[in-house]
Amino acid sequence: MIKKLLTYLTFPIIFVWLLVVSYNSSKRKPDSVMELFSDPSWLNDWPKWLDIPLMKWINDGFKVFNEEYGIYFEIVNNFLLGAILSLKKFLIMMPWPLVIALVVAIVFFSSGRKLGTTVFVGICTFFIGFLHPKFWDKAIETTSIMIIGILICIIIGIPLGITMSRSNRVRNAILPVLDLMQTIPSFCYLIPGIMLFGLGAVPAIIATVIYAVPPLVRLTDLGITLVDTEVIEAAEAFGASKKQKLLGVQLPLALPNIMQGINQCTMMALAMVVIASMIGTRGLGDEVLLGLQQLNVGKATEAGLAIVLLAIVLDRITQAYGKKIQDRNMPPK
Amino acid sequence: MSKIIVNNIYKIFGPKPGQVLPMVKDGANKEQVMEETGHTVGLDNVSLSIEEGEIFVCMGLSGSGKSTLIRHINRLIDPTAGEVLVNNVDVCSLDEKEILEFRKKTMSMVFQRFGLFPHKTIIENVAYGLEIQEVPEDKRREIAQGQISAVGLDGFENQYPAQLSGGMQQRVGLARALATDPEILLMDEAFSALDPLIRSEMQNQLVDLQAKLKKTIVFITHDLDESLKLGDHIGILNGGRLVQVGRPEDIILNPADDYVKAFVKDVNRSKVLRAKTVMTKHDKFDKFDKSATNPSSIYKYDEDTFIEDLVPKVLKDRSTIEVIDKKGATTGYITSDELSVALTKTK
Repeated sequence: MIKKLLTYLTFPIIFVWLLVVSYNSSKRKPDSVMELFSDPSWLNDWPKWLDIPLMKWINDGFKVFNEEYGIYFEIVNNFLLGAILSLKKFLIMMPWPLVIALVVAIVFFSSGRKLGTTVFVGICTFFIGFLHPKFWDKAIETTSIMIIGILICIIIGIPLGITMSRSNRVRNAILPVLDLMQTIPSFCYLIPGIMLFGLGAVPAIIATVIYAVPPLVRLTDLGITLVDTEVIEAAEAFGASKKQKLLGVQLPLALPNIMQGINQCTMMALAMVVIASMIGTRGLGDEVLLGLQQLNVGKATEAGLAIVLLAIVLDRITQAYGKKIQDRNMPPK
Repeated sequence: MSKIIVNNIYKIFGPKPGQVLPMVKDGANKEQVMEETGHTVGLDNVSLSIEEGEIFVCMGLSGSGKSTLIRHINRLIDPTAGEVLVNNVDVCSLDEKEILEFRKKTMSMVFQRFGLFPHKTIIENVAYGLEIQEVPEDKRREIAQGQISAVGLDGFENQYPAQLSGGMQQRVGLARALATDPEILLMDEAFSALDPLIRSEMQNQLVDLQAKLKKTIVFITHDLDESLKLGDHIGILNGGRLVQVGRPEDIILNPADDYVKAFVKDVNRSKVLRAKTVMTKHDKFDKFDKSATNPSSIYKYDEDTFIEDLVPKVLKDRSTIEVIDKKGATTGYITSDELSVALTKTK
């Protein structure tokens, strides 16, 4: 009872404290507090002193943060940049027919040898370069950034989703954070990204992860939660430990949903890569931006189409794999 | 020695079961507790003991707590109060590691909707319990193959569960449960999702298997005919309370309360009652004049025969049944009088 009362009391206390802080830190406050009572005109328009100094706090905090921990970001920066560059170099070095063949092979096997999908994806891949020869290397650059971004999403997202599915408390704590990540305008974290990592591909990856990881986390959580309780009970009844249950039953059965999450993650990452061209990330988005700046409608459309094609290719690859698992678990009668 | 002993188990579902427990112990029923506290009473002071090698059937309608009860035995659910002894060990006292070991070695479970792993083939499903026990791959395939043959599913090893019919899936469930060679088999409405013909076939298969294996089986059902057919003992649950425990004949002939009466009202008694239950003992039998009756119309039957088999003889040929025990000695007689008493519904 007392504990509950204390929790309820905390919020008014914080609120009052914020009021006092905002009043004290404001430069445009009245000369004395008494004036507030004698002159109630501040009730008409929002008073200048009623303002939480959040901006100042964040700026100060960020500055200190940057000075103290900048070195670690440097390391992360170098590591990620190295990964992207080597992946990009490798893909660009490969002859383009070989890359197309590779994509076709991946689709063929991940879709369970579906010929239609495979041919379609092969044609789409070919048309990326066919639209404009310059697009081939750009598409590879975009893809490299995305692959690294999605890998990070998977490394963060799936374990987070698993943790959420296991505890309601963790879920309640993480859900609002995911909401925040999905709703906050992307420029709000693109800019600090630049300040920490400099212009280029790395802040784009960070932005991609922030933007694209929520659906993966949600769908992993959902996928595991949706696994039939009787099947889970069956595993438990045979004495499966938590680890055996997770790896042997929950994850494999949640895999179609997780693959859907990775698919969503890919699509959102692609959208973000285009936006990230505005902070100097090179790639297909860069071409769209250039077309717009030059009022070259044809060029922008061409680049836009190339992005759509890339999206189709990536979508089909991830979808096909999820579908294959789904079919195995629930074969059509 | 009893294999499983359940002592005064209480289970209350809700945010604060401990606070509601005294109220339930004071005799408040399920509805009152729900109304006053919002908690659901799953089990209310249930005590029973199950002997080694018998089929104990736990019967009740949905919401009577029977599935909750069976999950206490392997501790998929923890009781609010009370203890469950299996082989004289209190399962609630086991720690995390011990309980896993206990589930692996001592018992396995069959589920109403089969609970098969849709991403594993039939043979992988059957071998799951062994996989958890870390039995080597080839050994567990061998055992699983044997179990698949035992339930008559040869040739389906590499199919996925969704490719099989309901009856076949439940056979996989049964084979999977038997593959670990457990002492105790828990069957949670195992045959309820099957259609009547398949169900009856599976019941016969279980009876046959049990004759060979002599496991201790706890069987949950809402079907009285099924419980009478399978059970050595039957426990009837209502609203979380155990209202009657007894042999099938006891339940039919002496229903403990109106709830049980309503249950047994429409049952086919001739399929449940045995000759020895309805006969008049030979020393008390006086109407029978041996010289007046044609000896050819006296039939000898074993005392464990269901009276279903005797009805045509008695009614059609007006014959008298001589009931004999295993050694061949006459223990009693049955005529149309005995049958009419036995087959009359209790009011």
